[in-house]
Amino acid sequence: MKTITIAIIGAAALLAACSSSDDENVDAAATNSASTIQTGPAPNTVEYFNVVVGDRVFFDTDRHDLSTEAQFILSKQAQWFAENPGVTAVIEGHADERGTREYNLALGARRANAARSFLISNGVDASRLRSVSFGKERPAALGSDENSWAQNRRAVAVVEGAPSS
Amino acid sequence: MRTTKDAAAAMRLIAGIALLIGALCGADRAYAQSTPLEITVGGGQFEPLPVAVSDFQPATPAMELVADDLGSVIEADLLRSGLFRVIPKAAFIAQPTEFNTPPVYADWRAIKADALVTGRVEQASDGRLLVQFRVFDTEAEEQIEGLQLLSDPADWRRVAHKVADGIYSKLTGEGPYFDSRVVFVDETGPKGDRRKRLAIMDQDGANLRYLPGADGLVLTPRFSPNDQSVLYISYDTGEPQVYLTNLDTGQREMLGTFPGMTFAPRFSPDGGQVVLSLSQDGNTDLFVMRLADRQMRRLTTNPAIDTSASFSPDGSQIVFESDRGGSQQLYIMPTTGGPAQRISFGKGNYGTPVWSPRGDTIAFTKILSGRFHIGVMRTDGTDERLLSSSFLDEGPTFSPNGRVLAFFRESPGQAGRAQLMSIDISGQNLRVVETPNAASDPAWSPVRK
Repeated sequence: MKTITIAIIGAAALLAACSSSDDENVDAAATNSASTIQTGPAPNTVEYFNVVVGDRVFFDTDRHDLSTEAQFILSKQAQWFAENPGVTAVIEGHADERGTREYNLALGARRANAARSFLISNGVDASRLRSVSFGKERPAALGSDENSWAQNRRAVAVVEGAPSS
Repeated sequence: MRTTKDAAAAMRLIAGIALLIGALCGADRAYAQSTPLEITVGGGQFEPLPVAVSDFQPATPAMELVADDLGSVIEADLLRSGLFRVIPKAAFIAQPTEFNTPPVYADWRAIKADALVTGRVEQASDGRLLVQFRVFDTEAEEQIEGLQLLSDPADWRRVAHKVADGIYSKLTGEGPYFDSRVVFVDETGPKGDRRKRLAIMDQDGANLRYLPGADGLVLTPRFSPNDQSVLYISYDTGEPQVYLTNLDTGQREMLGTFPGMTFAPRFSPDGGQVVLSLSQDGNTDLFVMRLADRQMRRLTTNPAIDTSASFSPDGSQIVFESDRGGSQQLYIMPTTGGPAQRISFGKGNYGTPVWSPRGDTIAFTKILSGRFHIGVMRTDGTDERLLSSSFLDEGPTFSPNGRVLAFFRESPGQAGRAQLMSIDISGQNLRVVETPNAASDPAWSPVRK
């Protein structure tokens, strides 16, 4: 019984993607139904969230306030969470390597909280969002240059409870 | 013979451990107190004291090997301190043939040895290792130190460190530190996904072992004042939390469960309390936990980041970092709570303050114009001196005598690697502390009992 329900929801989500959001998907579906899956991840997936919605927002050096761009991405995240009510997430806060370890843990906590608070104030239930700081322990970009550091000053929503792709 | 004070100290047993230390009678004439040989170590340049360490004499051929090894460890300690020049044995004119016969001082003065160390190694009747040593002032022609140590033969390295500590303390007037350990974070794996585990070793790098269970992602270990346990941060639960591990039993436990991340722990000087940071809803404040009942007392309440606290040696105050003034700076406040006084006023950001065991100095990390420095200042913030500089120097920890700082230095880029360093608080004698893998977050133990 349970598995059938999930299968129906999954199919409905796939249909929704074809009919509403993406013209290319509709065209592809019209010409070759098999290629539908290859043109983009289904909107209820982790992959869709990470790539299409955007799983991360970035911060200036030693700051945790949200830029206009960050707020735009977080708004899209909030909408996605509304559309995928079974999903939870861990909001990871990160810092670049240009600070001390303990301060960066605290700074990462500020960033994770800034992103989490925005999502909550945009309708996501607080119980669905945990936060954790990694400080400078898990850089996404490994260089020691401005571009790498900019990529590492981030808050990343790691979603759980959605199909991966 | 020695003074009555030394006689009183003879054969005193240091509780709980295998080392028995006692004073030796002088090999020659009466001890004169008028002309003590001593290095004065201040800031700036100084000349290392030339010292000759003659071969420790084995009482039996079976003791030859350990006698050689003892000598090597003692010389290495003295050399690494940066305060001594160890004269090569090839330059020696005379070898003292009999441990209890006075040395021919002229022979040692001729090779410019200000101090001479002699020693003897034997197996006591109960199988223990008995090491005796003397320190002579070659100018004053007198013995200035004479001690004997009795230990389990397996602890011979500790005996060597105790001998080196005896020589060092007598000649510098500083407290001992060679018989101590360092706990640190061993780092392997790629920069984006480091495996970090706790390791502990003697201060000279020997006897390295890994602490069981402290693996995956662990950070910032801190020694307890009794040398028996270590506080550290682990991501075991998925979120950073403070753990306490017993070095003897290997038992470890999380220090309470809190809503939010706990980190930056440090013991009080009496070992009964832990100051730590608790981060809730993005805000980080300082708390003190009483270990006996795990009761938490809040120290700070404000929207700033308050972290990296360190007790004064008398336990009455803490120094910590806060960005309450707009940037990361150092503050001091009473341990009982109350207003905090800012003590750092230079350019740049200040973090990771640690209070010297001597009480008069605070060491810190300073970030200035894109570079990281280890520095020291007085507790009122005056006399700031930067001792080191690199792409990333961080996290100083004092040797138990407050004379040396260990910290870590990380190189930039994808292949960036952290290593342990040490430097004298005068700014002299910057050294790499060798470890098998990359290493960070060193914390120095007290002198072992």
